[in-house]
This record gives sequence, C-alpha cells and structure tokens, in this order.
Amino acid sequence: MERTTLDLWVGMFVVAGLAALVALAMKVGNLGTYNVSESYQVYGYFQNIGGLKAKASIKSAGVLVGRVTSITLDTQRYEAKVVMSLDKRYQFPKDTFANILTSGLLGEQYIGLMPGGDEEMLKEGEQVKQTQSAVVLEEMIGKFLYNKAAEPEKITVPEK
Amino acid sequence: MAVTKTIRAIGHRIVDAVWRIGSATRFFILALLYSGASFKRFHLIIKELFSSGVMSLIIILVAGLFVGMVLGLQGYETLKRYGSESALGSLVALSLVRELGPVLAALLFASRAGSAMTAEIGLMKATEQISAMEMMAVNPIARIVAPRFWAGVISMPLLAALFSAVGVFGGYLVGVVQIGVDEGSFWAQMQAAVDFREDILNGVLKSFVFGTVVTVIALFEGYDAQATAEGVSGATTRTVVNSSLAILMLDFVLTAIMFRGN
Repeated sequence: MERTTLDLWVGMFVVAGLAALVALAMKVGNLGTYNVSESYQVYGYFQNIGGLKAKASIKSAGVLVGRVTSITLDTQRYEAKVVMSLDKRYQFPKDTFANILTSGLLGEQYIGLMPGGDEEMLKEGEQVKQTQSAVVLEEMIGKFLYNKAAEPEKITVPEK
Repeated sequence: MAVTKTIRAIGHRIVDAVWRIGSATRFFILALLYSGASFKRFHLIIKELFSSGVMSLIIILVAGLFVGMVLGLQGYETLKRYGSESALGSLVALSLVRELGPVLAALLFASRAGSAMTAEIGLMKATEQISAMEMMAVNPIARIVAPRFWAGVISMPLLAALFSAVGVFGGYLVGVVQIGVDEGSFWAQMQAAVDFREDILNGVLKSFVFGTVVTVIALFEGYDAQATAEGVSGATTRTVVNSSLAILMLDFVLTAIMFRGN
C-alpha cells in the first residue's frame, strides 16, 4: 500500500492522542503510584468509623502501608468491620493498635497502625484486636460541655 | 381559531421532532451495517481522520491550554480562602478529566468538524453527487457516511484526552510556575484524587459517546438537508445547535450514572 503524507499526519495524531491518555493515566491518575506488590488481609472491629471510606490509606509512622478494602456493619456485634489489605513487605506484631485518624483539621480519615511488642506477627485473615474509633467532633464537644456543667464551682471562702 | 392553530403547530413540531429522531436512528443503524465495507477500504477513514481529527488539533490544544490556565487562576483564588491551595492540582485535574475535557472538546468538535461534515454532504446532495453515486450502484452510505462516522468516533476520545492533558499542563503553568503553589503537593494531591478507572476511563467513555452522537447528528443533517443553498445552511445551523444540546443533556445523564454515590 502506498504511503502518503496524510498517513503520517493521521499517525502522528493517533500517537499524540494515545500518549496524552498514557500521560493522564501515569502522571495525573494513580496508575503510576499504584504498586501491585503482594498484600495480606487483616480485619478489625471499630465502634465508629466516622468518615472512613473504602480505599482510604493505612499508615504506620506516616508511611503508606496499605488500603482499606471494605467496610461493613457486623450485625452480630453492631460494630463496623473494616477489612484492611496490607503490603507483604510490612509485618506487624499481633498486638498492633489500629486508630482512625484525620489528616489535618478537615482532611480525610485514614487508619494509623501503632505496632505493639508481641513476638508473633499478624497473618492473613487475622483480627487486629485493639482498635480505637474515629473522633467525632460533636461527641467531643458534648462531653466537654457535660463535664463543664458537672464540675462543682469553686467556692472561694472569704477570709476573715 | 387561533388557539387550535397554536396547539396544532406545537403538536406538529413535536411529531416532526420524533419523526426526525426515528429517521436519524435508522440512519445510524444503516451506517453501522455498511461500515464493514469501509473498513476494507481503510484509506477512506484515514482521509476523514485527517480532515476531522488532525485539522481540529490546533483549536483543541489552544482551547485546552487556556481552559486549564483559567482553572488554575480561578481555582487558586477560591481555594486560597480556605487555605487549601495545595488542592489546586486535584481540582484542575478532576474537573478537566471528568467534565471539561470531554464536554468542551465535543462542543468544539461539533462546531469545527461536525458543521463541516454537514455542509460537505449537504452540498454533495445539492450538486446531485449522491444521486450520481446511486446511479453508478455505489452505496452512498458505505462510501460517504460510514468512513466519516468512524473517523469521528475514533478521533473524539483522542481529542478529549489531548484537551485534558494540555489543560492539566496549563493549570500547572499558572498554578506552579506563575503563582508558586508547591510543585510536590500539586502533583501528589492530583494523583491521590484522580482514579484511573473511575475518572479517566469514564471520561474516555463519555467522549466516545459524544463522538458517536455528534457525528451521527452531523451526518444525518447533511444527508437529510434540502438540496438548496438555504437548506444546506439551515442544516449546518441545526447540526451545531442540536449536537451542542445533545452533548450537554447526555453529559448530565452520563454523569448521574457514572459518578453517583462517590
């Protein structure tokens, strides 16, 4: 088949379009940063997850170590069951403490892992026993006001 | 009776619109049926890709750059009030990839390439080239319509991707280079916010749908135009108006389906 300059222009157009798509995927999207290293799953029960969403990050000492896979309500205990998928490279002791934290004052919520001192490590499908719920601002304000009201006023006895 | 006359006129318009939608759908199916022949003669599609895709490149690239730059400026001014200038990257990228890229590229494509298609086919009809083809037992749908249809469908997602990519670069130029938002947080927040499947692929899907709709409207209006100078000009206007309306309405429907509940 004859090759024409038309073909060259159209070829350049198609290549540029596909390159733009790849650039969007790699540089703008999360495909470049998404490492497909092997992972293992653990779960934990939280009394209140606040605004935690699936795919939220899991960090330990500020380093991203995994993602939240799913969040469901366990109707046996009426607590949120959060399944976490952690990177195989990072092993955590059995008595690791899982906290729901907020990045910044209004930022998104993530799970922070605080490793304990146990010799044995968490394995696939095991439960993180120690968890702490998200801090709900309204509850905190409510508690604060309640405590303030319950506090007996200091009576200063005038000295004679 | 003036009242019955008005009611009759309204009814007539509605019936006419439904009629046209029906014929456009039949036309679309015919174009799909006869596209097998046009894939065998691929050079026809290449020629149309050049005239609708490559020739639209300049307007798409320039428009994308400036839309991105405006987004960078306006986004910065707004985000500054909340002290979250670092979210500028995700604002620019999300609005471009999800909405502005597909929609604006399709609007530009409709007025740049769609109107040209309608005028071309309408003039072919006015100068009786289409009847001449039928006389020579050449199917005009397979020879004229199908290659243009596929050229439009192929080039639209590519143009939209280029629009978004150039737009993000424009936002980077204004936000990071000119205003001085931190470069690291600009890209990091963007990458954290934009999901490949949910945002980028849905944007591509959107532009694919828009490309199909715009090309079908443009080709149908041209093929359906009255074979006069006035008829061709009216058909060209209808192409731009109808496809712009179709893009914006479809965009709402597609957005409601794709991004609900996130």
